Amino acid sequence: MKPQDDNITIYRARRILTMNPSNPEAKCVAVKGDRFLGAGSLDELSGWGEFELDERFAGKVLMPGLVEGHSHIMEGVFWRYVYCGYFDRMDPAGAIWPGVKTLDDVLARLAARDSELEDENAPLAGWALDPIYFGDSRLSRADLDSISTVRPIGVLHASGHIMNVNTKALELAGLLRPGINHSGVPLGDDGLPTGELKGPDAMMMANEYVDFDREVLSCDEQGLKEFARLCVRTGVTTAADLANPLPDEAVQIMLRVTGEDTFPVRIVSLRRFFGMTPAEMVERAIELKQKSSDRLRLGIVKVVADGSVQGFTARLRWPGHFNGAPNGLWYVSPEQLQGLYEAALAHDVQVHTHNNGDEATELALDMMERALRKHPHPDHRFTLQHTQLADAAQYRRMKSLGLCVNVFSNHVYYWGDKHPVKTVGAERACRMNACRTALREGVPLAIHSDAPVTPLAPFFTAWCAVNRLTASGKVLGEEERIGVQEALFAITIGAAFTMKLDSEIGSIEVGKKADMAVLEDDPLEIGAENLKDVKVWGVMQGGRIFPAESI
Amino acid sequence: MSSDMSVQPSTIPVTVIGGYLGAGKTTLVNQLLRHADGRRLAVLVNDFGDLPIDADLIESEEENIINIAGGCVCCSFGSDLIAALKTMRDFDPQPEHLLIEASGVSLPGSIAESVTLIADFELDTIIVLADAETVRQRSRETYFADTISRQLSSADLILLNKCDLPTAEALAETQAWLKSEFQDAVLLPTSRCELPLSLLIGNGTSGHKGGNQNDVGEIQFNGHPAYRSAVIEFDRAVDPSKLAHILAHQDTGLLRSKGHVVGADSEVYTVQTVGRKLEVRKSRTGVGNIGKMVVITNRLDLDEDGLAAALGGRNMPG
Repeated sequence: MKPQDDNITIYRARRILTMNPSNPEAKCVAVKGDRFLGAGSLDELSGWGEFELDERFAGKVLMPGLVEGHSHIMEGVFWRYVYCGYFDRMDPAGAIWPGVKTLDDVLARLAARDSELEDENAPLAGWALDPIYFGDSRLSRADLDSISTVRPIGVLHASGHIMNVNTKALELAGLLRPGINHSGVPLGDDGLPTGELKGPDAMMMANEYVDFDREVLSCDEQGLKEFARLCVRTGVTTAADLANPLPDEAVQIMLRVTGEDTFPVRIVSLRRFFGMTPAEMVERAIELKQKSSDRLRLGIVKVVADGSVQGFTARLRWPGHFNGAPNGLWYVSPEQLQGLYEAALAHDVQVHTHNNGDEATELALDMMERALRKHPHPDHRFTLQHTQLADAAQYRRMKSLGLCVNVFSNHVYYWGDKHPVKTVGAERACRMNACRTALREGVPLAIHSDAPVTPLAPFFTAWCAVNRLTASGKVLGEEERIGVQEALFAITIGAAFTMKLDSEIGSIEVGKKADMAVLEDDPLEIGAENLKDVKVWGVMQGGRIFPAESI
Repeated sequence: MSSDMSVQPSTIPVTVIGGYLGAGKTTLVNQLLRHADGRRLAVLVNDFGDLPIDADLIESEEENIINIAGGCVCCSFGSDLIAALKTMRDFDPQPEHLLIEASGVSLPGSIAESVTLIADFELDTIIVLADAETVRQRSRETYFADTISRQLSSADLILLNKCDLPTAEALAETQAWLKSEFQDAVLLPTSRCELPLSLLIGNGTSGHKGGNQNDVGEIQFNGHPAYRSAVIEFDRAVDPSKLAHILAHQDTGLLRSKGHVVGADSEVYTVQTVGRKLEVRKSRTGVGNIGKMVVITNRLDLDEDGLAAALGGRNMPG
């Protein structure tokens, strides 16, 4: 598997889409060691010296390895729990789990896992439950008790902000008592909790008893490996992990696992800004950067400004929520954000900022402008993440301030039906995740899945940006659709640019890392409406070949 | 009596301290630690890493824990409040009172709500600080106006800090504005958070002291009269709920009151008020000082005899 550094291999393909504008298409690609020697015709490439011609991709389409600019390794961890989502989803082994369409189906799936567990006291956990598709039905603790009253059971919702548990789990969490008065813990007619736990604090009471341990969720060896398998199956050769607490022990594990010869993906793990002053955070980021290896890149900081749009915790500018709900929550103060930006600019540390609502975007823009006056930087590439509600004027400011944007295109499909009528109203819903505006105003663009919030699958993400279809099949904001070529650019070199990796990856180009997505279908031929169905054969990562079927 | 109490399962009272960045939360915490007077306070700090404790108070530092002179401790917590609370609960010896310093952007009301999820804690008070010089300006600023308003709305006590900075006229205006906007809270003006512990977190009635009856009358703090404390005695059964309502009424001007009284059903009830907030519950068996309420006010002109008469009790001389 390890490529011989001196040997040249030329791969002939059906078509190679290089994403290199000066050499957009080729028939052959030459690889030497872990790098591309170039893309061109066999004749052009053969001049580099003795080579081996490899025809295994003769029927395939090659693209640069796809770059997921915003996901979480947690996606790999979750698959050890029972998938309870409404939509079909592929697991790391490549099996498609059909979406569960009723609460009874959810219970049946949990019961099936229950019967497989030998230890009757062992916890049972499910994930990705999406009750908005089940009308008024709610999962009660009595429902879950029908599976077991002995083992604790917890089912996490797709949003990640709500969990349903059974009676045993409530009991272990110390919540099976009268007199609880908490907005995140609804009570039944008996005065006891119904088993629905909303918000981080309420969930935290039960997490450890139902197997959702936080430390494990952020990264463990098995989770990292499962995540990598999903990457291979979806054509991803570099994935950003936003964000991780990154204590030294976790960094050691990640370095060891990603350093194994068979590990097929480059992980860019961002450190979340928490529990430190801006100066300490920047110092830690510099320290982390020095620990980086080829397949584990560290040193970028992530800061969270607000909550989520569908959870009504995003910060919105006037006129606020469509249904009159109060404005969302701030997770950082202007002073802290400005302090972080200043310290980071002064020491050449990159910052990515989570901002969902347009008021959070505005805060980031304002603080960035102030920080840049103090510490001008010619190429900071600070990146706004999600930025779901930014308007054209805000995109123009991003351009002026040299910011990149990575928008949450998948969101339009999964929650797009809800936004015109509930959260923000029709007009703002149409401009959500405004890829076209970003490109028109000249803001460097990436698009993302935020896996596990939505599935890791860049071709699906590209399809969302190109078609803007919601789950019910409506087009939401047709003016913000982008072309297939533009979307493919966003999931390769576009995402690489936001991590300052575009000189190394993101295109098939002489000198770059030999990272490729190997495809059965041609994304430019399959039709915009079918882009999500592009079949991935596997990847080449650093010159090493990983077929999906044997990963 | 105290030996009886020691076998009772006790809950740890919690004070949540909120307020915008720069309002003086850290100053207040240090002030309280400096005058803890032998009480074992624990502090949970939710911030971005600035050392929250004055250097001269620190005895030793471990990972995430600062040991403070007099048996107090301070821990920082990131996003996991519940785990931090569980750590505090399991501390040996258990803290007598927990202070939670909320971050400048968080809502103290939400933190207070979450505290109640763990049965071993009970919410005592939500204190929200406001900077007398800047709070009105802050409350008009685009980004944080509604956050500041939500913080102040959840307060039992609004501690209006840095009152020495604005002009008398501006201060009066700010006070009038706070009183009209946040009518449920008691307003406490101060300069450098110089307020005694018992005023803010009570006399530690959950501990061994059972209410410090020696501190009756005008109490000095830092050489100045700071507040008045009184003990009101009841030699017969009272309606505890009616009693609580009178104590919590705005006109009494009381900051807090706590005690155990006998109800008409001969049961013993614990009555506690903090500002407008009141709580009446059946007492645990073995509580001491039955028939006595300790009341505390920052009104140095409190008519204790009048209050006692209104409550149907008798003012006990110090």
